[in-house]
Amino acid sequence: MASLPPIDVPRGVTGAGSFDAPSASEADSARIDYLLRLGDDALVLGQRLSEWCGHGPVLEVDISLANLALDLVGQATLLLNEAGDGDRLAFHRDVLDFRNCLLVEQPNGDFAQTIARHLLYSTWQHMLLQRLQQSSDQFLREFAHKAVKEVAYHRELAREWTIRLGDGTEESSRRMAEGLDWNWRFIPELFEVDDNLQALIERGIAPDPNAFEAEYRSQIGAVLLEAQLEPPADQRPILGGRRGHHSEHLGHLLAIMQFLPRTYPDATW
Amino acid sequence: MSSDWPLWEVFVRSKGGLSHRHVGSVHAPDGELALAHARDTYTRRMEGVSLWVVPSAEIVASDPDQAGELFEPAASKIYRHPTFYDIPDEVKHI
Repeated sequence: MASLPPIDVPRGVTGAGSFDAPSASEADSARIDYLLRLGDDALVLGQRLSEWCGHGPVLEVDISLANLALDLVGQATLLLNEAGDGDRLAFHRDVLDFRNCLLVEQPNGDFAQTIARHLLYSTWQHMLLQRLQQSSDQFLREFAHKAVKEVAYHRELAREWTIRLGDGTEESSRRMAEGLDWNWRFIPELFEVDDNLQALIERGIAPDPNAFEAEYRSQIGAVLLEAQLEPPADQRPILGGRRGHHSEHLGHLLAIMQFLPRTYPDATW
Repeated sequence: MSSDWPLWEVFVRSKGGLSHRHVGSVHAPDGELALAHARDTYTRRMEGVSLWVVPSAEIVASDPDQAGELFEPAASKIYRHPTFYDIPDEVKHI
């Protein structure tokens, strides 16, 4: 992928939550920012998948999706607690302070659209975690070592379902293709390297995603081939999640997720 | 719907050296997804180290109506039970 045009974000844009993302002047803010990126990816995708709970197409799939969600919320807990106070970061930050990529906040749609999103994200996440196991940062190294096994299963499950839906009935194939169409434009953001990330790559803390973009494209291509699906045409990429520019969908997700702790701040259960 | 999918019987080996034990069943369109569903349903609390899934339709079962002729004759043959031996205390698993 050619380098992408930067998005101008007005300076000083930040939400007014009781906990804002750490400011750029703090020591090692790049590392905190990276923890928030990975942690918010896991938190938001975990919350999205948990929306299926009780609504899955069949009981077994309901349990499968809930298991993926639990793995991701567990990963988010580790990452956000390393970045600061995990609960406050999850429940008392405003939408502009979230650093997740746009792909994970996309709506579930039907089951095929959820599987398309999960295939695209977990394939990327698995490649990242494989490399993060060699990070110069001890916490990230240990985190990646634990999470990579969970995500290997996520990727495998998404792959199996993509193939069955794509190479299934006329209707399942159409829905799978539409799900991929919806999510495809959010792939380039996964490989975007901004100044913060570049600094971490140079320090050996973060892997360079550009190093595995070709492998990613070919792995996804192989799954689609087996699923008898055409890769969607590349569309105009949509960027900005890593800087807090989110789609309208994230605000609705947070409104539901944060409602209780914000309304009853000292609630315990 | 899952009612369109065949049923699979699930067997879990709880640790090395023990036999697989029947734990329940799942619906799935094929063997690979039956394994995935079995993993997600029956091993999420560290219950297992190995899984088998078998199509329920492939299991040949005894007829409950024949229970009398199949099983009752064994009830009166106590000499088939190893209860007439003294087991040394040191022998634990017998």
